[in-house]
Amino acid sequence: MIEVGKVSYIPHTEGDRLKMLEQLGIKTVEDLFRDIPDSCRYPEMNLPDGLSEMDVKKRLKDLAGRNKSSEEGLWFLGGGLYRHFIPSVVDSVLSRGEFFTAYTPYQPEVSQGTLQAVFEFQTMVAELYGMEVVNASHYDGAAAMAEAGLMALRCKSGRKEIVLDSGIHPEYIEVLETYLEGSDATLRVGRPDENSACFITANPSFTGEIRDLKALAAEAHEAGALFVVHADPLACGILESPGACGADIVTGEGQPLGIPMSYGGPTLGLFATTKKLIRKMPGRVVGMTQDGSGRSGCVLTFSAREQHIRREKATSNICSNQGLMALAAAVYMAAMGKQGIKETAQLIYNKTAYAADLLGGLDGFNLKSEGPLFREFVLDCPADAARIAEILQEREIYPGLALSRFKETGGGCCGGGSECCGDSAGDAAGTASECCSDRELLVCVTECNTKEEIDLLAEALRDAAGKAAASAGSGQEA
Amino acid sequence: MAGYQAVEVPSDERGNIDLARLKELCDETVAGIMITNPNTLGLFEEQILQVIETIHGCGGLVYGDGANLNAIMGVVKPGDLGFDVMHFNLHKTFSTPHGGGGPGAGPVGAGAALKNFLPGPVVALAAGGSAAGASAGSADPGQNQAVYTLVQPSQSIGRLKSFNGNFGVLVRAYTYFITMGGNGLRDASENAVLSANYLMSLVKDILPPWYERSCMHEFVTSAQNLADGIHTMDLAKRLIDYGFHPPTVYFPLIVPEALMVEPTETESVEIIDAFAAALRSIVHESETDPELLHEAPHREMVSRLDEVLAVKKPVLKSIRTERL
Repeated sequence: MIEVGKVSYIPHTEGDRLKMLEQLGIKTVEDLFRDIPDSCRYPEMNLPDGLSEMDVKKRLKDLAGRNKSSEEGLWFLGGGLYRHFIPSVVDSVLSRGEFFTAYTPYQPEVSQGTLQAVFEFQTMVAELYGMEVVNASHYDGAAAMAEAGLMALRCKSGRKEIVLDSGIHPEYIEVLETYLEGSDATLRVGRPDENSACFITANPSFTGEIRDLKALAAEAHEAGALFVVHADPLACGILESPGACGADIVTGEGQPLGIPMSYGGPTLGLFATTKKLIRKMPGRVVGMTQDGSGRSGCVLTFSAREQHIRREKATSNICSNQGLMALAAAVYMAAMGKQGIKETAQLIYNKTAYAADLLGGLDGFNLKSEGPLFREFVLDCPADAARIAEILQEREIYPGLALSRFKETGGGCCGGGSECCGDSAGDAAGTASECCSDRELLVCVTECNTKEEIDLLAEALRDAAGKAAASAGSGQEA
Repeated sequence: MAGYQAVEVPSDERGNIDLARLKELCDETVAGIMITNPNTLGLFEEQILQVIETIHGCGGLVYGDGANLNAIMGVVKPGDLGFDVMHFNLHKTFSTPHGGGGPGAGPVGAGAALKNFLPGPVVALAAGGSAAGASAGSADPGQNQAVYTLVQPSQSIGRLKSFNGNFGVLVRAYTYFITMGGNGLRDASENAVLSANYLMSLVKDILPPWYERSCMHEFVTSAQNLADGIHTMDLAKRLIDYGFHPPTVYFPLIVPEALMVEPTETESVEIIDAFAAALRSIVHESETDPELLHEAPHREMVSRLDEVLAVKKPVLKSIRTERL
């Protein structure tokens, strides 16, 4: 069955194979598969033959060419993943084989590079979040938030409810619901009370609003609930840290820290808590210790919480982390430095304020997000927002995310304002349709958008709104 | 977990699932079974058809762990054996980078019984779209381009992740797939299994396999019969001195002093021979100079680190920032 030279990276030559077969005293490699039922062995495979590298590249280039890249046109799309500048050093370090192909650091003596990188990642995230303990990362921000909910249920035994503030990403709520499936815990959007294990807020909210964390912390703690903040790591460059505001658990989507959007992943789940709660924390964590000669080194630690030891009684079913993505974040933070992160955050804040003011002041448009904003805001349009986006897309302008997309998927509350459904308690699911207006557009502005681009967007939006309204009027709305 | 209770089924004397015990356990309360096949002992379940029949017979479903798919690509299809749902570890089988612990990706495949329950979104051909131009080998993809869309399976258990999954990892696995092609994947499995059996036979006099059978792409042995006071960990750490990354140790849990060795299709015969020679040399050292093993590794920037101290006095971030 083995065809010589077919796959160049398999190192065995025909001679090698003969030598091995001889050692085993068998004639063909098929003899090694006799334990497989005859009826199922060597089935027909409906798979194409392998392609040469040249053809593979052509194929991938063709597929990639059918996507629109955020590098093309005017890009104001966000909604959970963001276009940020990534210093070249990030990819350069990530693609080094010592990091890229290294195995899980179960053997610390030969994994100090990976382990120290994660240790420094934990250190810098702890600094941004103002928290004592950071783990080695989760699969993404939504998984991190869901794990925070489960952790709170473990910490507050007897309390069976997770309460969400308004302004949590609808897809995050869907993930939380999946994690809670089959458990006796419930989820609702509203205010915390004596049944709540935790109160979760996002800062900024899904719609870009910066929260008064201290007030929310007081509200959660008054109810005896843990206070969980899903904090944007870059926003922490200019805001008081969630830790300083009283958070018990902080989660985050680490994608803004040097990770491309990549059609939705891989990204990076950030997870932080207090020393007091460490044994309830999910996920891997790296700690510094010493060898017999007093030399410092890092190890995976507090493993007794984890699934490979505690099996089904572990604090979480997570069995890996996002190693390379945590490294990307670590390299990004190190390259940007304290000042770089602060300046980037300030730039984003200023540009968001400029764009919100300009776009909200356009004829027929209204700014729906309230108070100070970071990176995003909801713009109420004079016509269907999805239609406007569609019209502009033809000109390679991506004005933002039409929030009508969340009407069908259920999920939570898309608007953060006081008129939004977030204040009406009830099931987290099923409320979106009441608050996601067809006219709402979530606009995202990062340090990558210039003032000229924002000005161009304003003009383009005005044009497109006219066209959308006209086509709606003539009954041709898409 | 979700109101269910996990019950372990023991292995029989050949390292298979104990079918008699399984039959005792199977009744109307059984939701399903999770099977790794080849199993974690590196052995193909000889009675897999009967095991699956037993579970299906009591109304249960069969979930396959794809951890050991590397052994059987193109040799047997789990779907043909009767698996209802299975996940695939792209970093274990389809060559996506380990990255020092992620990012992985775990696509899930399901048969008729469960396909509508899969977490979403799932990519589907758009209504009215044609699959022409969709195949990997399409010569002129500009023509008849298929149009795809994202759908949520009708009875989906919901989202497990925000956005669209670890797309970048899937692209790497896809690249591996189309580079290898169907025959290439089978070659990879056959070479991996050949290499593992070869290595097992080279060392069986000093480190006999826990079950005396042909293995798949990995085999499990034990260090329990080495000299007094020598543990698997000592052997593993001494391998580092010889320039080898230690294999998996103390797993599977049912084998005392377990050592699980998986050369895969990518290690050459020369390296496998050298690895076997290193094991032989270390076993010899374990008798003549056990301290060499106890104190290993000797040449790394750190030697064995105190894991008890790491928990007793946790230092989980740099002290420097704690002073700020």
